[in-house]
Amino acid sequence: MRIKCPYCGERGLEEFLYHGDATVARPRDGGVVATEEWTDYVYLRENPNGTHRELWYHGAGCHAWLVVTRDLRSHEIFGVEAARDVALAR
Amino acid sequence: MRLASGGVIDRTKILNFRFDGKTYQGFAGDTLASALLANDVKLVGRSFKYHRPRGVLSAGSEEPNALVELRAGAHREPNTRATVAELYEGLEARSQNRFPSLKFDFLAVNGLLAPVFAAGFYYKTFMWPASFWEKLYEPMIRRAAGLGRNAGLPDPDVYEKSIAFCDVLVIGGGAAGRAAAAEACRAGGRVILADENAPGADIEGVVYLPRSTVFGVYDGGTYGAVERLADHLPAAKGPRQRFWKIVAKRCILASGAIERPMVFGNNDLPGVMLAGAVEKYIFGYAVSPGRNGVIFLNNDDAASLIPILNGSGINLAGIVDSRPKSSPLVREAALEASTPLFAGSVIRQALGGLSVAGVEITTSRGQNIKLDCDFVAMSGGWNPAVHLTSHLDGKPVWDEKIAAFVPGALPPGMEVVGAAAGLGINANIVPLWSVKNAGAKAFVDFQNDVTAADIRLAKQEGFAAVEHLKRYTTLGMATDQGKTANVNGLALMAEATGKTVPETGTTRFRPPYTPVAIGALAGPHRGKNFKPTRRTPTHDWAAGLGAVFVETGLWLRAQYFPQSGEDWLAAASREVNAVRNGVGICDVTTLGKIDIQGPDAARFLESVYTNSWVNLPVGRARYGLMLREDGFVMDDGTTARLADNHYVMTTTTANAAKVFQHLEFCHQWLWPELDVCFCSVTDQWAQIAVAGPRARDTLAKLVDAPFDISNAAFPYMAAGALSICGGTPARLFRLSFSGDLAYEVAVPARYGAALARALMEAGAEFGITPYGTEALGVMRIEKGHPAGAELNGQTTAHDLGLAKLLSKKKDFVGRALATREALTDPARPTLIGLKLVNAGDRLRAGAHLLPQNVPAVAANDQGFVTSVAFSPTLGQWIGLGLLQNGPARLGEIVRVYDPVRNGDTLAEVVSPVFVDPEGVRLHA
Repeated sequence: MRIKCPYCGERGLEEFLYHGDATVARPRDGGVVATEEWTDYVYLRENPNGTHRELWYHGAGCHAWLVVTRDLRSHEIFGVEAARDVALAR
Repeated sequence: MRLASGGVIDRTKILNFRFDGKTYQGFAGDTLASALLANDVKLVGRSFKYHRPRGVLSAGSEEPNALVELRAGAHREPNTRATVAELYEGLEARSQNRFPSLKFDFLAVNGLLAPVFAAGFYYKTFMWPASFWEKLYEPMIRRAAGLGRNAGLPDPDVYEKSIAFCDVLVIGGGAAGRAAAAEACRAGGRVILADENAPGADIEGVVYLPRSTVFGVYDGGTYGAVERLADHLPAAKGPRQRFWKIVAKRCILASGAIERPMVFGNNDLPGVMLAGAVEKYIFGYAVSPGRNGVIFLNNDDAASLIPILNGSGINLAGIVDSRPKSSPLVREAALEASTPLFAGSVIRQALGGLSVAGVEITTSRGQNIKLDCDFVAMSGGWNPAVHLTSHLDGKPVWDEKIAAFVPGALPPGMEVVGAAAGLGINANIVPLWSVKNAGAKAFVDFQNDVTAADIRLAKQEGFAAVEHLKRYTTLGMATDQGKTANVNGLALMAEATGKTVPETGTTRFRPPYTPVAIGALAGPHRGKNFKPTRRTPTHDWAAGLGAVFVETGLWLRAQYFPQSGEDWLAAASREVNAVRNGVGICDVTTLGKIDIQGPDAARFLESVYTNSWVNLPVGRARYGLMLREDGFVMDDGTTARLADNHYVMTTTTANAAKVFQHLEFCHQWLWPELDVCFCSVTDQWAQIAVAGPRARDTLAKLVDAPFDISNAAFPYMAAGALSICGGTPARLFRLSFSGDLAYEVAVPARYGAALARALMEAGAEFGITPYGTEALGVMRIEKGHPAGAELNGQTTAHDLGLAKLLSKKKDFVGRALATREALTDPARPTLIGLKLVNAGDRLRAGAHLLPQNVPAVAANDQGFVTSVAFSPTLGQWIGLGLLQNGPARLGEIVRVYDPVRNGDTLAEVVSPVFVDPEGVRLHA
């Protein structure tokens, strides 16, 4: 697989680390107690039969965290964004 | 038999080679198979289950039979296909799977036991008693059925890896592939042509990789290939093979087609060959498999062989065409060659002992006729080599017109041309999947000894689904992965079930296309080169002092500095005593160092650490604890504030990269609004711990005036920038891992070794002693500091007695889930110290902790010993452990049970801080 890092261009899979679901958001409540929202955030993950948004880390490159939109069946990648840009736009 | 002329061999270059100890001669340009056939060696191996005599079937990488052990000693490679092994001077090969010799094989009696070895024989025959499996059945089967022997020695060859990028990758150097490569090059593309065969002519502008097999297709236009650089040479001068990762925008697959055997009795006798292979041996190598042949076909493609044999002076005893009416092409060729044509007929069985002596033909009228011959050329049609089209899950589709699977959905960017696409093959084919009333075993899969009868039996016994068929009969397994067998097997199952081939299933393929040496995939990354080695700035200095090094992650760290006659324990104990009573130095460069700057740096630290940071003054350091979001401890370390917006964080050696990645995650994804930057400076700063009561006296000699390191001016946990040794920039931290008065001095990495030498000189009068990780570990256990064995990913802040570091006033990673009831339950195993009741006993890490006087069973297990050390300060073995309700049980005697090493002793539960619990030494 090859991922087009917005900073480094298209690079081989071996430069990246997979992290997981980019659709879950950390609860904004400050986390005083372990609510269901918190356990869902930490443990509950979708595994859609189709397109998914995932976090990848360009560990052997620029150290950017990326949001990769990918088809989990074909591994086709539809888009790669800098995670920070996505997070700031949230 | 070598023909008098022809072939692309070089008859002026005679090559001597040995097969099963006997010397033969061939020519440059031969393969081992062609050279053996030229010497009339037809018998080259024994079959997998029945030990039947086998010869060369094909002329390519699809070969299931002619597998040999090539080369000798550590270079020996089993299961090498003689059909692709290029001949070289001195080549040495041995046949496989025979005992004691190829011509006389005791285990050929397996053929008489055929009913035992039928489909599913493993499952049926060796059912019980179960204990017989290990002792009797398995060793017996392994000896009787098998392929070549592994050399059993480390691979002495060298391999390398390469990555290439191109616009167009052409796979296959036949006519279609060459035309495609030339055309793509003319269109201005960067073109790579990979072909598995020996080099042919270059194509201008094309990067041509001969002897290169593209074995796999991967996502994103990535292809794996192995280039055999030296397999055709007597000895490799450089790398033996090169593993290529090729990234191509487009790919043209021109992999051709693989001929199908006919399934008739004794079709595995040496001398029965694929018709296309016979043609290739005559044209390419001027070798004929015999002097008197019979052709057995069901299509027009093999008709081309008739004039070739005729023109080469090889007698053609007959042409057997299974099609009811034959075809004008075959009829005319037979007439031209004055050869009898048996239309609508089949070869019922081949006759002969160790090779073909004749065939028995069943004619269209049902008569059985015997015909003398010494080889049979058969063609059951061709299968397009669709393997690479299905690596990304593409499903080949059945083309009824040519009775073959052709490529279906293709990997992105791939196109298929030529025979691989099903073009120009199987003219006028009338499929014949197996001969009825075959006179003897009729093989479908030669390599696994699967017969037509086995497939019918599998159906009868309910294993009709393709995947079941494969597993029950082993059809399509082993080194050839059924290249010549799968389609015949599938079609036979379709016949048996009365379904069509596409209804029955399809064959899909996974990488690799042909076997790939693990060495090629590993490339140079093995042994010492498997991963990089990181050396500290003081490595050579420590080596000069005779240090013994230990691997910690990628790092090599000095473990201890033995003096003559000392073992590790004596050395470490001496080093500990030196620190406790005088002064010692230890390289701590390997701790992760992260420079953090920006107006929001303090807020950032608040988010990633559990404890408070906003109130840390400039010039001070603080211990920090990091959790994962699930509430478990991730890492710990100290962070110092060097200026208002400038911090330097340390992490454990093991977690340096992980923590850095985590910080990036927190900054880029969780709190992107924070204005903060950070950078790893682990490699930029050498850092040396100076520990012991005389640490200040030692350091004072190096610190440039007017910097004051008195206890009042630079107390415990002070931090600051200064210069030492007359102008060298440095950072000083009053931190202590050992529990004594201690400092860590950091200098630019290039001054690391000089700093060590300067410290040794300054501390000489106090008996300064270098110490390693062993002594470091002893002292941290004496002080009860948790380290790797306690920060094991399964412990919480509560477990480690660090609950007071969980701030209640702010959000931080892991805060919410750390409060979960089960994680704060005091009954969880919690950090304690262990002191042996009998001081002479030995404590071992990993031992279980149990109450006294209860059976040593899992139900009574209450924790375990995490770290142990011989404490020279206390004069006995001490340990840290995790024990249920630990802090409430101080003074209790527990049983320390170690069934693995027969340990069973008693220990007192004590505070984990064995030395200086009041911290007097620390603050001295």
